[in-house]
Amino acid sequence: MRHGKYPFIIGFLVVPVALYTIFVVWAYIQAFYLSVYEWSGLGPLENFVGLGNFRKLWDDNLFWQSLRHNLFLLILLPLITIVIALVFAFLLNVGGGHRGGVTRGVWGSKAYRIIFFFPQLLALAIIAVIFGRVFGPDKSGMINGLFPDSWTPWLFLADERWAMACILIVLIWQAVGFYVVLFSAGMGSISTDIYEAAALDGASRVTLFFRITVPLLWSTIQVSWVYLGIAAFDAFALVNIMTVDRGGPNGASSVLSLMIYRNAFEFSQAGYASALGVVLFFLTLTFAALTLRVTRREAVEA
Amino acid sequence: MSNITSTPGTELVPGTDPSRPAKSAGRKPDVKREINAFSGMAHIALVAWAVVTAGPLIWVLLASFKSNTEIFLGRPFALPEHFSFDTYFSAWGEAHIGRYFVNSLIVVVFSTAGTMLFGSMAAYVLARYKFPGNRAVYYLFVSGLAFPTFMALAPLFYILKSVGLLGTFTGLVLVYIAYSLPFTIFFLAAFFKSLPYEIEEAATVDGASHVRKFFQIMMPMARSGLVSITIFNIVGQWNQYLLPVVIMSGPGSDSKLLLTQGIAQISVSAGYHAEWSTLFAALTLSILPMIIVYAIFQRQIQAGLTAGAVK
Repeated sequence: MRHGKYPFIIGFLVVPVALYTIFVVWAYIQAFYLSVYEWSGLGPLENFVGLGNFRKLWDDNLFWQSLRHNLFLLILLPLITIVIALVFAFLLNVGGGHRGGVTRGVWGSKAYRIIFFFPQLLALAIIAVIFGRVFGPDKSGMINGLFPDSWTPWLFLADERWAMACILIVLIWQAVGFYVVLFSAGMGSISTDIYEAAALDGASRVTLFFRITVPLLWSTIQVSWVYLGIAAFDAFALVNIMTVDRGGPNGASSVLSLMIYRNAFEFSQAGYASALGVVLFFLTLTFAALTLRVTRREAVEA
Repeated sequence: MSNITSTPGTELVPGTDPSRPAKSAGRKPDVKREINAFSGMAHIALVAWAVVTAGPLIWVLLASFKSNTEIFLGRPFALPEHFSFDTYFSAWGEAHIGRYFVNSLIVVVFSTAGTMLFGSMAAYVLARYKFPGNRAVYYLFVSGLAFPTFMALAPLFYILKSVGLLGTFTGLVLVYIAYSLPFTIFFLAAFFKSLPYEIEEAATVDGASHVRKFFQIMMPMARSGLVSITIFNIVGQWNQYLLPVVIMSGPGSDSKLLLTQGIAQISVSAGYHAEWSTLFAALTLSILPMIIVYAIFQRQIQAGLTAGAVK
């Protein structure tokens, strides 16, 4: 390269690196640092407690309850979303039978894809407000409104047993369309010759799905699993806006992200919140590493 | 990426060799019936999911025209008794949806522009220039993808407080940019790497400066990647809820709420004052622009949002 390369490089990097260092890197470093202090968020940082915050966390019932809820989402959200999305993507792409020797999608597959995908564009905060009303515990709620008048209204989010299930349903509702489009794109790149050949050999659609579609999409499924798992560790907007008493009733829908937020900004426990954050970080990392390891298999080239 | 929205079957028609139709013409009739039954079931399942997806949104639209009494009668999909836009006026004015909307718009315009400018500058330099520390800077950015934002919340709040940017749009825009950089750089660096070197070399021979090469040669060449990631950032930043809740807090921030926060707040006060129809009108007002934008750009939006996962 010509002279003047270094001033140029520095000139282009200085602003992004500075912004990133101040607001992201420094914040993460401080999170680790704060996690060993007891600190309300005001005044000097002097009450060093070592692993005290983590010990406190170990004895905190709400922490274990929240963790269980996160694990509930972590297992069921990816599983259900991916299964539904795979089936729909398969129907859209190869459900329509053969015409002119080409396997095609069902009629109107483009319209379906457009409708399915739309929730992905809405903010979770807005979806949370909508579904807070959809699950309304009286006749004004959409679902209770659909029930016959003689039924006692269901409580949904106000019922400790079902609050987490409602959250799971909303997350699935939003995510499915995105993964339908993602898997459709992957299926589009699978050569139709493969389907043709298998169909000529008398393979049924179920066989096509399990023997061709799923193996060839494996790496996309893997990535999706990680993405959805990370979403399962979040769920903050839904729990904060949609649930009864924010995380209630009685902690029945509390999740780690909500605990971090409330400790940091409502209970004046910035140190404790940071310790929770550190735990969340290691949980996310473990999950991603585990997923990639457990689901590893030989890549099948299309 | 261009084939995301098109049906793969139809796309492949031109390449089909003429011998193939003969094969399918010889198919036995019972196979055809099996396919029809399958296709019928497929349609039932697909229509069901389309109803589940659109149902709540249609319900919100209908309820926005209803009075409280009508809403509490049940029959969620009955048409409203009369159409009036009063609820919309009160959502826009009294509930301040208009202001929240404008706030969100201002923030996203600046934050996305900043993200794209700084993100593509850094990505370009990291992808195409050799210098000591290049990899270190690159991995510093990319490692940001592994950290959950929640971990940084409390420190971030105090950092902003200490520089006096808490509760300001400037602070929010800078934070949006900073937190969008890892993915933007990760994506664009890969993209810039894939572009050919010949044109750039020719420009160097012609005496073009580094800055000029970036803006006049590389940026236009990287257009498709830039469009995807711009859409990705616009949608992500427009829908952001956590960061505004943390940063746009405290005294005097009431008029600076963003749309997502504003809607959440209206939902709380609607509960107290039983003004459900205003809430539904506010929801409709915030969903409608998304539907319009989606109707126009649905191909690009689908491509942009899925781009990250495809790579």
